[in-house]
Amino acid sequence: MKAARAARAAGISRPSDGHPPRSAWGLSGVSVRYGHHLALDGATLRAVPGQITAVVGGDGAGKTTLLRCAAGALPPSDGQVSVPGIRQIGYLSPSGGIYPDLTVEENLSFRAAAFGLPPAQARARVAEHLDRTGLAAAHARLAGNLSGGMRKKLGVIAALLSGSALLPGPALLVLDEPTTGVDPVSRADLWWLIAQAAAGGAAVLFATTYLDEAQRAGQVLVLDAGRPLASGTAAEIVAAMPGVIRPLAARPTGQRPLAWRRAGQWRVWDPAGTPGASPALSPDLQDAVVVAALAREEARP
Amino acid sequence: MNPPLAECVSVTRTFGPLVAVDHVDLQVSPGEVVGLLGANGAGKTTVIRMLLGLLRVSAGKVRLFGQPPSRLTRQRIGYVPQGLGLYDDLTVAQNLEFTRAVFGPAGSGPAGSGGAPAGLPAPLRPFADTAVGELPLGIARRVAFTQALAHHPDLLILDEPTSGVDPLARARLWETIQDTAEAGAGVIVTTHYMEEAEECTRLVVMAAGKVVAEGTSAGIVGERRTVVVDSADWAAALRLIEAAGLRATLTGTTLRVPTATAAAVQRALAAVPGDAAVPGNGAESVPARVHEEAATLEERFFELAAVPS
Repeated sequence: MKAARAARAAGISRPSDGHPPRSAWGLSGVSVRYGHHLALDGATLRAVPGQITAVVGGDGAGKTTLLRCAAGALPPSDGQVSVPGIRQIGYLSPSGGIYPDLTVEENLSFRAAAFGLPPAQARARVAEHLDRTGLAAAHARLAGNLSGGMRKKLGVIAALLSGSALLPGPALLVLDEPTTGVDPVSRADLWWLIAQAAAGGAAVLFATTYLDEAQRAGQVLVLDAGRPLASGTAAEIVAAMPGVIRPLAARPTGQRPLAWRRAGQWRVWDPAGTPGASPALSPDLQDAVVVAALAREEARP
Repeated sequence: MNPPLAECVSVTRTFGPLVAVDHVDLQVSPGEVVGLLGANGAGKTTVIRMLLGLLRVSAGKVRLFGQPPSRLTRQRIGYVPQGLGLYDDLTVAQNLEFTRAVFGPAGSGPAGSGGAPAGLPAPLRPFADTAVGELPLGIARRVAFTQALAHHPDLLILDEPTSGVDPLARARLWETIQDTAEAGAGVIVTTHYMEEAEECTRLVVMAAGKVVAEGTSAGIVGERRTVVVDSADWAAALRLIEAAGLRATLTGTTLRVPTATAAAVQRALAAVPGDAAVPGNGAESVPARVHEEAATLEERFFELAAVPS
């Protein structure tokens, strides 16, 4: 039992704490099985310092499993994971990792103490974050009484309180759906925190179900039923789209598995890109991902 | 001329001293998909609750199909709340049966009149006998849509209709919404995401209880511009822009500075080392390409949300 666990844990390589090589972290060919269920099937992802990567997919696509692996919190069934030392990782779980019975301030000092950060330094580091995201006035409120958006912001600010006194801030910041259910104003605050982390040199991974949000990240990995559907920069994903998309004046008749509607307009994917047919639309990330999903549906027996 | 399907005329709703909705005018006509945008607390949910007949107005007038809200008008509305409003312990078929028993068959018949078991859409058939609580979210959303549409409502009210689903499933859900509007229903959608807002024929933006903008996405953005900064060292550029008191957002490795002028951004990026007059004193200037682009709907939305008129 112990040996098996050790072997599984061998899928995670981790340098000793205090000497974080500021190189890339990430996953290579990682699969995760829960019993007979294959939750993640051959995912590869590079988390580069100073870069933001979005992991996109619907509910059940494997985002949480992938991020838990990337944060070193879940050993993979197959493949390799590379993470920095545990104190260099900031991880926000989908539930937020916040203690509802502690105040905002107590949550942050508890976190700082757990990471061995001197209290004065921790206070100085969060002051601007709290101020800028509208949490400063709520410092004495119980976290459980905060609005959803405020709780998410507190979760991210807490996740940023990692590292050490000498190397402040996370080397790797992993955020599982930090903006889900959050209104656009709080979302802007969360994006400001994410940009601050990346500007400070952290490799940032975050999950979202919306492509318009993913598009703001430098790199995008689209997951579908545990399998990668597309990856790269938004421009690379669009460039890799096979065939062309054409507008349709009306709903296509008969079988229409390759047609969909966007902003009221029908569009159809022509995999062969037959020349001479009606002019093609210039696709964006959303079109390219829909096409990738249609292609996968088509390939299914 | 037919009255609008739903209409708010100078509607106000207060909760004690709080004015949650402040003289709101809103109309939804057949065939329209109206997007209701706003930050939390802007008053969207209160408006929806008044349309559903769950809350009374403090002042003004709500009309549904030309009448005040009542149980009869409620029967002509299909509603999908954010939590989907399904019974987790019942199967898909049982949930739909229950709705039919409550709403009766299509149209505006009286409650409890029952109806023939309607066919499930093909993609849902394999799940007919599965408890809703065990369904993947994308499938559960389709069930909620099917349930809301089963009585052929004239007005459809959807709260973040595609949250949590993958991009193809989202396109398919929107297809259903557009089809419903095309068949003559009116649709009201509340959303926090611009991807969904783009699907609407008309947008209504609320802030602090008031309607602060209304129209198409392009109309609301209007002539607004955003300053765009491309720099090999975006992190340094971000520090200089923020030190100058400007707010920037990051997209890939590009910075966007809404509501600023290109000249102000150029000045921020040219901060001279050691110049005590420059905030962030001591920073090197950062080489960058600066140009202006049309603002996005989201950028315009922040401006509107921040300054209620």
